[in-house]
Amino acid sequence: MVPSFAYLALSAALFTLGAMGVLVRRSALIIFMSVELMLNSVNLAFVTFARMHQSIEGQVVVFFVLVVTAVEVVVGLALIVDIFRSRESVDVDDVDLLRG
Amino acid sequence: MNDVVIRVGWPLMLVWPLVGWLANGLLGGRLPRTASGIIASGVAGASFATALLVASAYRGVAAADAAVSFPIPLFDWLGAGRLTVEASLLVDPLALVMALVVGGVGFLIHVYSIGYMADDPHPSRYFAYLNLFVFAMLLLVSAGNLLLLFVGWELVGLCSYLLIGYWFDRPAAAAAGRKAFVVNRIGDAAFLLGVFLLFVALGTLDILEIREGVATLSGAERRLAALLLFAGATGKSAQLPLHIWLPDAMEGPTPVSALIHAATMVTAGVFVIARLDRLFLTAPEALVVVAMVGALTAFFAATVALRQHDLKRVLAYSTISQLGYMFVGMGVAAPSAAIFHLVSHAFFKALLFLAAGSVMHAMHEVIDMRRLGGLARPLRQTAGGFVIGALALAGVPPFAGFFSKDLILEHAFAFGLRTGNYLPYALGLVTAAVTAVYITRAVLLTFSGPPAEPGARPHEAPPVMLWPMAALAVLSVTGGLLGASVAGAPLLRFLDGLLGLVESGAEAAPHPPAGLLLGLSVAAALAGMLVGWRAHRGRRDPVLGRVGVFLEQRWYIDALYDRAIVAPGHTLARWLAGPFDLGVIDGAVNLVGRGLGALGGQARRLQTGYARQYALGVLIGTVLILGYWMLRW
Repeated sequence: MVPSFAYLALSAALFTLGAMGVLVRRSALIIFMSVELMLNSVNLAFVTFARMHQSIEGQVVVFFVLVVTAVEVVVGLALIVDIFRSRESVDVDDVDLLRG
Repeated sequence: MNDVVIRVGWPLMLVWPLVGWLANGLLGGRLPRTASGIIASGVAGASFATALLVASAYRGVAAADAAVSFPIPLFDWLGAGRLTVEASLLVDPLALVMALVVGGVGFLIHVYSIGYMADDPHPSRYFAYLNLFVFAMLLLVSAGNLLLLFVGWELVGLCSYLLIGYWFDRPAAAAAGRKAFVVNRIGDAAFLLGVFLLFVALGTLDILEIREGVATLSGAERRLAALLLFAGATGKSAQLPLHIWLPDAMEGPTPVSALIHAATMVTAGVFVIARLDRLFLTAPEALVVVAMVGALTAFFAATVALRQHDLKRVLAYSTISQLGYMFVGMGVAAPSAAIFHLVSHAFFKALLFLAAGSVMHAMHEVIDMRRLGGLARPLRQTAGGFVIGALALAGVPPFAGFFSKDLILEHAFAFGLRTGNYLPYALGLVTAAVTAVYITRAVLLTFSGPPAEPGARPHEAPPVMLWPMAALAVLSVTGGLLGASVAGAPLLRFLDGLLGLVESGAEAAPHPPAGLLLGLSVAAALAGMLVGWRAHRGRRDPVLGRVGVFLEQRWYIDALYDRAIVAPGHTLARWLAGPFDLGVIDGAVNLVGRGLGALGGQARRLQTGYARQYALGVLIGTVLILGYWMLRW
């Protein structure tokens, strides 16, 4: 049986990868995919902990995360499509209306 | 039965003018123009009638000459810590006499006003103020504790302000109203301090309890309280050095001058001293101050009246002078005599003012004596009334002023015998002569000789104005009987039970030679009239050289105040409004604004608009918080 440590390490690696992707990439779609990666790494951690503690709660939370992710994807993609329609670009650095 | 009449009638007396005030104030515009005056006069008359009822009931209850004080508690007014104040009224001889004077003279002047204000576009406002004044003055005289008295005190000041500035579209009237208000405020501050002092020392504001408690005060407390209250009285009663507002108050309608600035409100200071006579009589040092200020004011104002050209101003200075006499009466420990003079002065000075108002009415608002003259023929009744008032003022027997003024002088002389200080008496006697001179001058310049402006067509006042003058003329002639020893001095006996000390040392003191003093008083009055007659016969008006200028400039007191207080005050106000307000106040506000703006300018640089930077911020923040919790755990 693969030790829990390996799952957690993989989860941390995936999370870091996702976070880096969010921080360094400029394309909104890639950033979006990176966010999905982070969410799924968290899911992995939840499942792992659920197995370690022999409890169901961690697995339940995963379902919630999946549902929320689905919703988030719908809203996020709609936003990206809309931004692309108005600006012909999905580069997040172009969207800087909040600059002081 | 009598008891019920007193307990119901006394508050009812206050309700009448309040109803009139509300009726005229709220419905005034919708009432027919003539209704305002009739309503106002009606409630004033009702108030007077109620006061008469209470007075007769009081005589029924109180044994012949003994003074009984009826406290009438109305309701709990306010309570805070150690202070609980009941709204309570007080019935005693002093309050009754004052209420009858206020109600009686007030009623007559209300009636007179119907004629005087007939051409005014908004008589309801005038009559509403007048009713409010009657209410306030009655509240002042009938109050059972000092706080309620102070409410009345301030309300009469308010009415005075409103009525002086009644013709507010005239700048002079508006300024005069303001001046009266501000000068009174100085006195009121001292008055309040006096009330506070009494409360701190005695723990009560109830007048009866204060009367009882005075004996427990230390000498210094009594002196200070008496002087502070007297300072308040100098403001309201226009004594030196706060007299300057009263002559300017003549900008108001003349009936107002008669009622408020001659007969009633300005006597409030005298009344307050009588109200707290125990306090004053047991503080001899303060009494000397009262007597000296009164005597100096009497003399000062009488001399100034010699060289004024405005008839109403002559009467105003005359009022100041006569109020000085009343304070002399108080100061020489003869409160009953002072109140007697207050009553007789209310009669004849109201008469003089109403006659002057009739002159103004006839001459289309001309009141400068240099432009009058020869009015005796066209205004026969008015002239008759004025002469009667003048004789009473000059102190010619048997008119009212003679008895009361002579009584005060007699007490002033007795004061001299007791203390060796004959100054109040001497000044009073000289003032009596000067009084006769200036009022003779006023009579001659206004009514005798050829008219200064023959074109004017003066017309006698309507009956509604003449009848109140006639009533006051009768009172001015016969009012002296109230205090004349030949008539048994009913007023003095009525008051003596209440006022004055119980353990009076007067019996031990040598009696003044009454006959001689009487002769001197009459001689002074007649000599003054003779001098006035010789100097001003045929409407001549000698200017008296440098002395005349000094008097015409009112001893330069007004000029001194202008230089020393008003002008620096203006400069200060201008500096505050200009450099200080723009520089310091606005500067401080702008500085705060600019500082925050600069801070914001720096802070906005944080907002780069790069989503990734925000994400980094979120990440770092999360890591820091998690790290913190992990380390703690």
